[in-house]
Amino acid sequence: MRLRRIVMPEIARAGEVIEIRTVILHPMITGHTAAGAGVSGRRIVHTFHVHYDGAEVFRAELGPGIAANPLLTFTTVATRTGDVVFTWMDDTGETAVETRLLTVAPA
Amino acid sequence: MRRGVAGKALRRALAAVFAAIAPFAAEAEPKARSAREFLSLELAAEQADETLNRGMLWVELGERLWKDGSVPSGRSCASCHGQPGGMRGVATRYPAINRETGALVNIEGRINGCRVQHQSLPALAYESEELLALTALVAHQSKGMIMSVAVDGAARGFLEQGRAVYESRQGQLNIACSQCHEQNVGRKLRGDVISSGLGVGYPAYRLTWQGLGSLHRRLKACQQGVRAAEFEPGSTEHLSLELFLAWRARGIPIETPGIRR
Amino acid sequence: MQQRKTSATPRMLGLDRRRLIAAVGGFIATPSIGAAWAEDGGVSGQYQKVRREIAAGREIRIGRVALDIPRLAESGNSVALRVTVASPMTEADHVRAIHILSEKNPVALIARFQFGPRSGRAEAQTNIRLATTQLVHALAETSDGGLWEASTEVVVLLAACLDGS
Ligand code: HEC
Ligand code: HEC
Repeated sequence: MRLRRIVMPEIARAGEVIEIRTVILHPMITGHTAAGAGVSGRRIVHTFHVHYDGAEVFRAELGPGIAANPLLTFTTVATRTGDVVFTWMDDTGETAVETRLLTVAPA
Repeated sequence: MRRGVAGKALRRALAAVFAAIAPFAAEAEPKARSAREFLSLELAAEQADETLNRGMLWVELGERLWKDGSVPSGRSCASCHGQPGGMRGVATRYPAINRETGALVNIEGRINGCRVQHQSLPALAYESEELLALTALVAHQSKGMIMSVAVDGAARGFLEQGRAVYESRQGQLNIACSQCHEQNVGRKLRGDVISSGLGVGYPAYRLTWQGLGSLHRRLKACQQGVRAAEFEPGSTEHLSLELFLAWRARGIPIETPGIRR
Repeated sequence: MQQRKTSATPRMLGLDRRRLIAAVGGFIATPSIGAAWAEDGGVSGQYQKVRREIAAGREIRIGRVALDIPRLAESGNSVALRVTVASPMTEADHVRAIHILSEKNPVALIARFQFGPRSGRAEAQTNIRLATTQLVHALAETSDGGLWEASTEVVVLLAACLDGS
């Protein structure tokens, strides 16, 4: 989870729907060792959520069926200037947090 | 069990190889074709769009390392070279002869040279995340620029050494690189389509690797494929081969970070 | 018309037939491919169960959901998926969640995306793994409790690798 990448506009107009793209370095180890032999050593990012202006604007619960180095693209409505906070959590209990300032101009 | 399934897949792949055999045999030398030309629409779109391209994770790490001045000498890459953008065009000329040592170096070797000589740091391991990141950063600055390595002077010998490896049959299967990457370009092999085998997308994000990897790692995979002796990443043999591939790619644009199957 | 297996073909390749078979085999046996061929059985019981749990007795209707995924995937390790649901995304009428389900992966629930009116659009994009050729489903749950679905069959040429391969 050492590398994270967020692509989003820095400035938006109030009411505008903006698209945000995120990628995080993570092996997403499924733990499936052989057909039918069960699961051991699973290590995946299981939760990702995004908070902005006092609300959770997007959440994703992920399973081992998500490819390594998960990419997640979604949208949010620009309301007012503030931090957009991104959080990823994985099976080892590790948490990664990134913050980006979104400046909102009047519509 | 697995053997049976693999056997079926093998027969299918083989049928595809045979089915695809088409008339162009002794025509004029066809233009080299990058693996990019054989990507699915989705993968081509990912490669083209830097906001989607997963290889950009490493390019961004490279940017951070580039600026990092917390080294014993206090000298970051940026302190001597300025912005990464100053490296524009550099990757089109590599591998190249190091004038002082006479050795052939690629971007990886050049970066490690700076680490050792100019930063008093140990060389980074080949295929380490840091070396991949810095190499991707440097090569990415030349994205869209065409390859034009020098093959005169001391480089000539390395070029011929690379050509010899490329054209000679090797491994238990006794197959030359050229038999796939010249005579069978555009044909299917195991869910893949054979390209001209150029290095223009590297370091590349390969789905099979689920991460970024160097050109030498890709070369090793081809050598394993034909059960040939594998050269070590960073070895003179691989460097000569890299020079020969770069020369074959003359006129073809750099794609780093490429997306590959 | 070119014959499929003329005797000229192996010679054009510059290889004899036995060697070519071995070559293709060698590439298949490359460690990066490994024992990746998944069992090509039927729809998993787990998929049926997860689907029943989401539905909770409600009717699932076809429509409103656009599932954008290639019909032919070169590698099951990573298949681009985009899902969009037509919705005004207001407090009174929005999409609450989209569930992405696989019929034949070892784990049926690939992802669950949750939205609110502040999401702006009910839309998400990611890359998924597919163990084998199968139907992928996107089930959307709206704020009034409605369930909508789109499904696409994806043919997988190279199955997603198991760990250690
Ligand atoms: C103390 C100054 C210094 C530092 C620090 C330094 N370099 Fe250099 N670098 C040079 C010089 C001088 C050259 C060219 C001459 C030579 O050494 O052959 C060079 C050449 C290069 C080249 C080849 C450029 C070309 O046009 O062929 C690359 C690539 C490069 N450096 C990358 C890096 C990277 C990456 C770092 C940080 C890890 C770094 N350098 C750190 C001084 C430095
Ligand atoms: C049996 C056929 C075969 C042989 C022999 C073979 N390769 Fe490949 N090679 C492939 C396939 C298949 C790929 C993946 C598809 C492609 O061509 O990009 C590949 C990929 C490559 C690539 C990466 C191209 C890219 O842009 O991603 C390079 C470089 C390469 N091979 C070089 C070599 C060299 C050098 C040799 C000889 C040591 C060699 N290959 C031998 C089949 C072969």
